[in-house]
Amino acid sequence: MRSTLIRYTPLLLLAVAWELTARLELVSSSALPPLTTVISAWLDLLMSGELIANGAVSLYRGAAGFCLACLVGTVLGIAMAWWRPVHVFLSPLVEAFYPMPKSALIPVTVIWLGFGDGSKILLIFLGCMLPVTIGAFNGARSSDQVLVWSARSMGAGRLRVLLDVVLPSALPELLNGVRTALALSFILLVTSELIVAREGLGNLIGYLGANGSYAPMYAVVLTVAFLGFAADRLFQLYMNRQLAWRA
Amino acid sequence: MSEARDMSDVQAARLGAGSVLRRTARAFGWGLAHMLGILMLLIGWEVFARTGAVTMFILPPFSAVLERVWADAVGGDLWLNTALTIYRAFAGFAIGGIVGLLIGVAIWRNRVARWFFDPIISVGFPMPKVAFLPVIILWFGVFDTSKITMVAIEVLFPVVTATVLGFQGVGHELIWSARSMGAKEREVLWQVMLPGALPQIFTGFQVALPIALIVAIFAEMAMGGYGLGGAMMQASRYADSRGVFAGIVEIAAIGYCVVKLMSYVRYRLLIWHPEALAPSTI
Repeated sequence: MRSTLIRYTPLLLLAVAWELTARLELVSSSALPPLTTVISAWLDLLMSGELIANGAVSLYRGAAGFCLACLVGTVLGIAMAWWRPVHVFLSPLVEAFYPMPKSALIPVTVIWLGFGDGSKILLIFLGCMLPVTIGAFNGARSSDQVLVWSARSMGAGRLRVLLDVVLPSALPELLNGVRTALALSFILLVTSELIVAREGLGNLIGYLGANGSYAPMYAVVLTVAFLGFAADRLFQLYMNRQLAWRA
Repeated sequence: MSEARDMSDVQAARLGAGSVLRRTARAFGWGLAHMLGILMLLIGWEVFARTGAVTMFILPPFSAVLERVWADAVGGDLWLNTALTIYRAFAGFAIGGIVGLLIGVAIWRNRVARWFFDPIISVGFPMPKVAFLPVIILWFGVFDTSKITMVAIEVLFPVVTATVLGFQGVGHELIWSARSMGAKEREVLWQVMLPGALPQIFTGFQVALPIALIVAIFAEMAMGGYGLGGAMMQASRYADSRGVFAGIVEIAAIGYCVVKLMSYVRYRLLIWHPEALAPSTI
């Protein structure tokens, strides 16, 4: 408890510095409203239900796109490692699209699916799929050949080998890819909602900022930042638990 | 004796020629197979758009998009927008990279710096910092300063993490050997620690570079003005879908070149490292 307190003191110091800078009017209060004002604005947003309604929309979009990306990305990556023709066919495509700055896809997804949920889900799916694919591919192809041979010699079919040997040995790299994708999904969610959307947390930020209500805007920005942080920490916990067998 | 050797040499040369030919043919075949995926995608795009199954607005044919890219290039807009986007991405990348490197070294060397920065970095890294864009616009306006600041902030975190991990990962044996052979602290730092940490630091840069491009283009989209992102957003507002797809093609090409360039630089800089021999993983 005490060590945690000491560890996170710098964050506390930053919060105090924020409060003091704003209270002493070192910068204009519209550019940096005091932290306490931001917190009360956050409580107001929570009470009015705006935060929860928009947050639910955003989380739905993020979760749908992210889950689809994980599913399809894993299948593609393992197929690439398992069958040479798939690899020959897909790897140049992956190589060509992986470095593409994904935010460029925002206008296209809007052209295809409009301003609603569909375009956000498609964007997150497209953006998050390739990191998962690459993680699954690198994990699956580096699985220990001796283990594969032993399993085969003990009479396991190809499917059994895939599920019981290749998949578990691919797991560490795969989960790393998924973690990258998780961070990316939040970035893409916020950017697409800030640029084109009618609801969602990103849209709420843009709307409040355009109206000049800066304290609530800060509150929503901090909420989004916290959600991204919490998602990553939860995933890390899950990852450690899944990989506990690796000792 | 010498005749026999000559014979075997000739035979070897003949064999060599055959296998070289075969190897070239095989490499060519695989190269073609590798191109196949991309070619099929482009041809499929063109054919699908021409069949009229979807409107020109939803998916203009690839040839029409290429025409548009060509028109942009001739008109000069393409070069101006590309130069601006690259300038913003790289300025932010350089600032974030250098500051990140310095903070990383400080965390590694200094206990107070570690105490102060460690929680900030570990809490800040997983946050979607793009959400702070409106705040940054509020502080720095809508011009280059805020775009570059946004890029620098996003680049900072992966570089700091990679730098700390890189320096901490240098083997103790290497340092002890250097010291026992009489190297001064300075020499240990520059000749052992830095080269030892370089692969990891470079990985940090390689993670940060695509992020820099993503954020630069996003910032341009959100704030408008010149630049590839701004041009795309404008095309999208005027429902000019050819312009939007031209933007995607341009941005994809630039992203590809920049990332390839970076991995080439890595290969040249780390050519002494065992990893340079390993096959590349995408």
